[in-house]
Amino acid sequence: MDKFLAILTKEFKSDFRNPYILGGAGLFLLSTLFVCYITVKRIPTPSTWVALYWIIILFSAFNAVAKSFTSESRERMLYLYTLSGPGAFIASKAVYHGIVMVLLSMVAVMVYSTFFPMAIADTTLFYTSVVLGASGIAIILSLLSTIASKAGNNLTLMAILALPILLPLMMVSTTLMKNAIDGIDLSVQLKYLFVLGGLNVVSFALSVVLFPYLWRE
Amino acid sequence: MKLHIAFKILAILLVFFTLCAGLLVDVPALNILNETIRNLFFHVTSWFAMVFLFIASFTYSIRYLRTGSPSDDLRARVFVETGMVFGAAGMVTGMLWANFTWGSYWVPDPKLNGAAIALLAYLAYGILRNSLQDSIQRAKVSAVYNIFAFVMMVLFIFILPRMTDSLHPGNGGNPAFSSYDLDDNMRMVFYPAIIGWILLGLWMTEIRVRIANLKNT
Repeated sequence: MDKFLAILTKEFKSDFRNPYILGGAGLFLLSTLFVCYITVKRIPTPSTWVALYWIIILFSAFNAVAKSFTSESRERMLYLYTLSGPGAFIASKAVYHGIVMVLLSMVAVMVYSTFFPMAIADTTLFYTSVVLGASGIAIILSLLSTIASKAGNNLTLMAILALPILLPLMMVSTTLMKNAIDGIDLSVQLKYLFVLGGLNVVSFALSVVLFPYLWRE
Repeated sequence: MKLHIAFKILAILLVFFTLCAGLLVDVPALNILNETIRNLFFHVTSWFAMVFLFIASFTYSIRYLRTGSPSDDLRARVFVETGMVFGAAGMVTGMLWANFTWGSYWVPDPKLNGAAIALLAYLAYGILRNSLQDSIQRAKVSAVYNIFAFVMMVLFIFILPRMTDSLHPGNGGNPAFSSYDLDDNMRMVFYPAIIGWILLGLWMTEIRVRIANLKNT
């Protein structure tokens, strides 16, 4: 637990010292949002609104998570593995990426809903879907980006590996968010919430179990 | 050695029986379905065989991570390849059936999308294997991805479609095939067909493993 917290604080400290890495991910997100605003102009239906939002988040997540692994040199990764053990390392990376992605997607929601206004019936559930969806994407990408980094940090490979695995998460979070906008009763939503939470837990547990086999070259 | 020959003869007999009886046996004449109900012997059984082969690949991947023996890695790879053959067969037969009963080769349905996503994930597994040069690293990394992808595939194919309504037989108020084949005629072909395709899959895997071993020596 101490080691886990130590790596987590180290991640945030290095972000404070080098704010341009996170800033780059944020700027990428903002530029994408603006491009969508210029090209799409108006989104009348909730389902298109939700779909475009998650596509933007998905591709900014690729950018943000892949950056974090390329920014560390191989030697420094090895140093961190031996200091903390692989389990604590991947857990803290996943939590760190989760926090970053939740922050990014919250910013995205604000900017996105100013560009494309949309009346949301159930705000609590709406934000829950944002948080759980973004953290799930971040956790899955944390493991898959280490896999892709073994094959020479190839962003295309990461996209190929991650997209099919991310799709169920996207399916559930888009349904949940669309139902939250429409204001569908919580009793219908509970199963989606449960599955979305379950996907987060399962992918986190799998990462911690499987990563120790990956890190040794 | 005797057992090997017996299971091959059994495979030939069962597959031959499936092909003949599947096309000739009396089936109940049902509204809309009519003769397309024979797809039960080919489509459903292909998916059964595919799932069986992917489970085998998954267990060999776990075994590889425990033992580190190259033969386990080879088997995990070959089981995915033969599983993909049956997956493709299941998809083609399903699309033909859908064209006759639903009027279109592809409909936006959770069960169909889940199947397509699962096949995409296993195609990505093949790409990942080919993009890694070092054989031990390739084995480890692809075993980790295989385990991750399998757990997610279980979610796509078995859990997500059951949460939403679906056109597919067995979901959303549509009766499954099993409620039609109350006459034992169909059951008498269906169960041998499953065993036949699985045995054929095992045989194909064995041949591929032997070819790969010969190439290595």
